[in-house]
Parts: sequence; structure tokens; C-alpha cells
Amino acid sequence: MAHTTVATAPGKSIWDGGVSPMGASYGKLMMWFFLLSDAFTFSGLLITYGLVRSSHQAYQGTIDAFTFSTEYWPVPEKVFEAVPFLHGVELPLVFVGIMTFILIMSSVTMVLAVEAGHRMDRKAVEKWMLWTILGGITFLGCQAWEWTHFIVGTGTPTVKTIFDSVTGLSQQIDVYGANLHVNQYGPQTFANFFFFITGFHGFHVFSGVLLNFLIYYNTVTGVYDRRGHYEMVEKVGLYWHFVDLVWVFVFTFFYLV
Amino acid sequence: MAHHSNEPQVTVLPPDKAKIMHLWKVAGILLAVTVAEFAVAFLVPHEFHTTRVAIFVAMTIVKAAYIVGEFMHLKHEVKVLIWSILIPMVFVVWMLVAFVYEGMKLSDIRFF
Repeated sequence: MAHTTVATAPGKSIWDGGVSPMGASYGKLMMWFFLLSDAFTFSGLLITYGLVRSSHQAYQGTIDAFTFSTEYWPVPEKVFEAVPFLHGVELPLVFVGIMTFILIMSSVTMVLAVEAGHRMDRKAVEKWMLWTILGGITFLGCQAWEWTHFIVGTGTPTVKTIFDSVTGLSQQIDVYGANLHVNQYGPQTFANFFFFITGFHGFHVFSGVLLNFLIYYNTVTGVYDRRGHYEMVEKVGLYWHFVDLVWVFVFTFFYLV
Repeated sequence: MAHHSNEPQVTVLPPDKAKIMHLWKVAGILLAVTVAEFAVAFLVPHEFHTTRVAIFVAMTIVKAAYIVGEFMHLKHEVKVLIWSILIPMVFVVWMLVAFVYEGMKLSDIRFF
């Protein structure tokens, strides 16, 4: 939607009402401010991860000699090195890289849908929205696989010492995989942050797919043609790009650093 | 769609070739930076932790700038909108610095 700024009457400020000083419609502006608040939520999660991680001991040895221990924070590339159908092959971060690629590509198809909407090209909007929905669903599928792998764990257990307060004795247990009670890969909070950060992002992807489908449905039924503009595609597009943007930060601060 | 008589007459404009090319170019940059991040992850040894983190953060900011600026079109909005979105980010930067510093101090107390 192109917005033209209306000229103001002499002696009146553009903030006195009747014009759009920010050059964006109400809906688009509110989407921007919603995304700003959502950015604060994600920042809260990622920065708390930084706080907790930097308050734990870092792994000191060489990268080749790395083993999982609950004593120090794990090296992420040693945790996320599995790829579907390639069981037992160590491919650090490859699967996360594929997921990043999928999400960036679906962001591109979304922006192409927005471009088609500007031209009132219903067929092109339908095509690009379908590709975007497909990208979102594929990403969610990848995440489901990654979660399953993380929860089930590798074949080698990590030994964890737990203190039994009733008997007063320490006991060693074998830990396979991770959940909110035990964690094979490192300190418990590492697993908790994995579930909360990627889970919260995944939930955003999920709701993004639902919104994208709604837009696709409205496009097919001709709602936007009757309305005379495709601004809804643009608004939901903003949300979808934001989901991609968050993944860029999760990718860096959770998987790479 | 059925052909209703009250169906609006919509004029479809031809694709804006230059704009579409530009969008694909931005996509190419984003993918290239991601590939470069992988290269850094495996070519720069883990001993240079600070260097690695600095490069990763810089590359992430580049990617974020392209996504927000081009895909979300913020770069082409009016100035007051750009600043209303960017200035609040100061709080995030401050929070990041403060909390990670706090975490390192906690680590000092717990382990040394």
C-alpha cells in the first residue's frame, strides 16, 4: 500500500491529527510496535541465556577431546551434530544450517508475495504464499526432529552424581538425553534454555504458518481484490520476517557462540 | 472462484523486475553471510574465543540490518518510524552488556 502524506494546514503540526506522520497505516504501525515488544521478550530469553552461561564454567580443553559433563557448559557444535538419515556421522551444525537456509528462503518467498500484492497480482500472491507456508512447515518438521534427537540423546550416557538427602549418600546415575529434570549434554539449565528458546521461537513459526494460511485463504477467496489492496499480506509479512530475524539471533547466540 | 457479476475489476500490474532482482540479491547476501559464519565456526580455532564471538556478532548485525532494512522495508520508511524502532533497542544492548558482565562476576565468585 502506498501512503501519501497529506499536506497539513498552515500553522498546524502533522501530529495534530488527520494525517499519518509515520507514513504507515494504523495496522502496520501497530504490527511494528508489537514486534518491538516481542523483540524485548526474545532479548530477555537470549540475554538470560548469556547470563547463566557466563556464570558457569567454560570448557577448557581442546575441542577434539571434548566430552559431555554436567560440570561445565557444553560446546554447542558438539551437541548439535546429527543430521537425519545419517546416523552416527558427526556433522556439526549442518542440520541447523539447513534450517537457517529454509527459513531465509521462506522469508524471500514472503517478500515476493508482498511485491505481488502491491501489483494486485492474485495468482502470484497465491504462488508465493504457498511456498512460504511450505517453508514454515518444513522448518517445524526439522525442529520436531531436532527436539526428538535432543530428548532421546546419544548412545553414550553421561554420568551424573546425585545426592540422596534421605540416606545421605551420593549416587552415580547414567543420563541419556535431556529433559527438564536431567541433561546429558551439560548443566541442567542448558537443556532448559534449549527447550524454552527454540520452543518459543518454534511457537512463533507455528502461529506464523497459521497466519500465512489465513492470508492465503483470503487471497484465494478474493477478499483482498474486493478490498482493493493487499496490505494484510504486508502486515503478516512483517511478522514472518521477524520470525526469521529472531532465528538469525538464536542461530548465532545459541548454536554458534 | 466463480464468476460473480459483482466481482471487482482488478488491474494487475506487470512484475517490477528491478525490485525482484534486488530482493534476490539481498537473499544472496544473507545466504553468503551464513556460509561465511560456518567458515568462521570451523576455520577459526576455539582458542580465539573473543575473536570468534566478535565476528559472529558483527555478521549477525549485518544479517539483521538486511532483514529489517530490506525485507521489512524499514530502510525505506519515514525517518521518525525508523528511529521509533531503533532507539528502544538501546535498552537491549544495555541489558546484554549488564547481564553478561554480571554472569562473569557470578562465575568468579562460584569457581575461584
